[in-house]
Amino acid sequence: MARGWFLPVAVVLGFVFLYAPIISLVVFSFNESRLVTVWGGFSTRWYGELLRDRQILGAAWISLQVAFASATVATAIGTLAAFVLTRFGGFRGRLLLTGMATAPLVMPEVITGLSLLLLFVSMELTLGWPAGRGLTTIIIAHTTFCAAFVAVIAQSRLRDMDESLEEAARDLGAGPVRVFFDITLPVIAPALVAGWLLAFTLSLDDLVIASFVSGPGASTLPMVIFSKVRLGVSPDVNALATIIIGIVAVSVVTAGVLIRRRAKREG
Amino acid sequence: MNALTRSPVWRGTAWLFGRLGLSGRGLVIAIPMLWFLVFFLVPFFVLGRISLAEPRIALPPYTPLFERGPDGSLQIIASLENYWFLWEDALYRNAYLSSIRIAVISTVFALLIGYPIAYYIARSPEPRQSILLLMVILPFWTSFLLRVYAWMGFLRREGVINNMLMSMGVIDTPLVMLQTDFAVLIGIVYTYLPFMILPLYANLTKLDSAHLEAAADLGASPMVTFFTVTLPLSMPGIIAGSMLVFIPAIGEYVIPALLGGPDTLMIGRVLWDEFFSSRDWPVASAVAIVMLVLVVAPIMWLQSVQNRRELD
Repeated sequence: MARGWFLPVAVVLGFVFLYAPIISLVVFSFNESRLVTVWGGFSTRWYGELLRDRQILGAAWISLQVAFASATVATAIGTLAAFVLTRFGGFRGRLLLTGMATAPLVMPEVITGLSLLLLFVSMELTLGWPAGRGLTTIIIAHTTFCAAFVAVIAQSRLRDMDESLEEAARDLGAGPVRVFFDITLPVIAPALVAGWLLAFTLSLDDLVIASFVSGPGASTLPMVIFSKVRLGVSPDVNALATIIIGIVAVSVVTAGVLIRRRAKREG
Repeated sequence: MNALTRSPVWRGTAWLFGRLGLSGRGLVIAIPMLWFLVFFLVPFFVLGRISLAEPRIALPPYTPLFERGPDGSLQIIASLENYWFLWEDALYRNAYLSSIRIAVISTVFALLIGYPIAYYIARSPEPRQSILLLMVILPFWTSFLLRVYAWMGFLRREGVINNMLMSMGVIDTPLVMLQTDFAVLIGIVYTYLPFMILPLYANLTKLDSAHLEAAADLGASPMVTFFTVTLPLSMPGIIAGSMLVFIPAIGEYVIPALLGGPDTLMIGRVLWDEFFSSRDWPVASAVAIVMLVLVVAPIMWLQSVQNRRELD
């Protein structure tokens, strides 16, 4: 299987499959014609229309706020979960925490969304909090599944990390809190940055869970896009997609180059 | 940091927790534990409890679990009626079966497409390996919704594929691809392909090449080596990747809603409509609980595979 034509052809076709739809999305965002897939000449008019669309801009602002808050809280909780699972050995409830920190990764979104909504409604009836649904409930929901992703990334970094550094600090008399902040955290920091970024994009991207737990007046960007796209293809969505893809591609490639450089310098 | 641990506030708090019988260690465990308990585990119990209620037109739109009877006694109101309703109505049964069928078929296709790619990447020299890996992950970072939307432009009647085939003269009339089960399959395979490739790659890259050399030395052809050595050894990667595709695919809503036709039955879509259109919360909860039962076994399998990998 290592030789011959089969493998390279399969790989090339696989990458065409992954990238062709994205490339066509970008190309047709510069299309003059409203008929998204018929070429009517080069134009940037859809970008102009996008920037004048108050509904989309408002939703984008809400999404950014939600993503920033959820990614930050999720990074804290996910890191703690990962630290506890990799450094604390056996404790009561370990298996439970392992399960709860991994199941959100694969749990179908409709189940997570509906069950969280029902929790918020029951809590409001019995505890009086959260009053109504909106930004807060979306942030809590996103934090929960994003924390699971951060926990996975942080755990793999904590496992790979050389524990003798922490032992040395302890032998020199540092307390557990100091060891964590002075040794562990700086070492795993790049992984946490990656985790934060992943959490940020996952939150920015979520439609299903947000639809369940949001209230009136708190429509996130995916919710607005979805209601537009449901009615058919629309060129300003292509323009929006191109902007998002551009930002993501530039930042992922930059991060990749930076990590490689660092690895070269250290290695 | 030293300044912080020496500050009176810090010491006071530490003393207080000590008096309450809470160690720092216990507190560190408690934070993530409580968060996931309250916002991940408890919601399932709420879900289960509301699946036993009856719908009513009020706020909240379901009957309470406890109610005072006419004589003042506390009564528990719970019925399995919603589950009986799901069992009796062919719509729900077919939706579950069709979801499982679509999820299984897309998992198989994701495996068939993903395995060669993962194998090729794992066998590539650096820096090609890192670049290819980055190319697999890159689409995963861009919006999932927009990637599904991209397929709408590809598959529709006046879409890219039809235009291309017509201009090449392969077909005279446009093919109907959008709003079919076929489109849903493509959408699922496309969306979840990175989830298949990454665990496979992680597994294949650790494969000891000594095994392959030994097989070759003993006269096995590359084909025989692949099927008798590589494939069995990569089983944990195959299981992990397949479960990462299968489990979310079962409950998928966005893909059937955008790419599927009105007759594409998937349980995630049925749940969504039951909740947002019919506003029947108890039935929607029952649908979710049955779906949860369906995915629990695959989730356990995934976790046991991952635990074994950690022990190795």
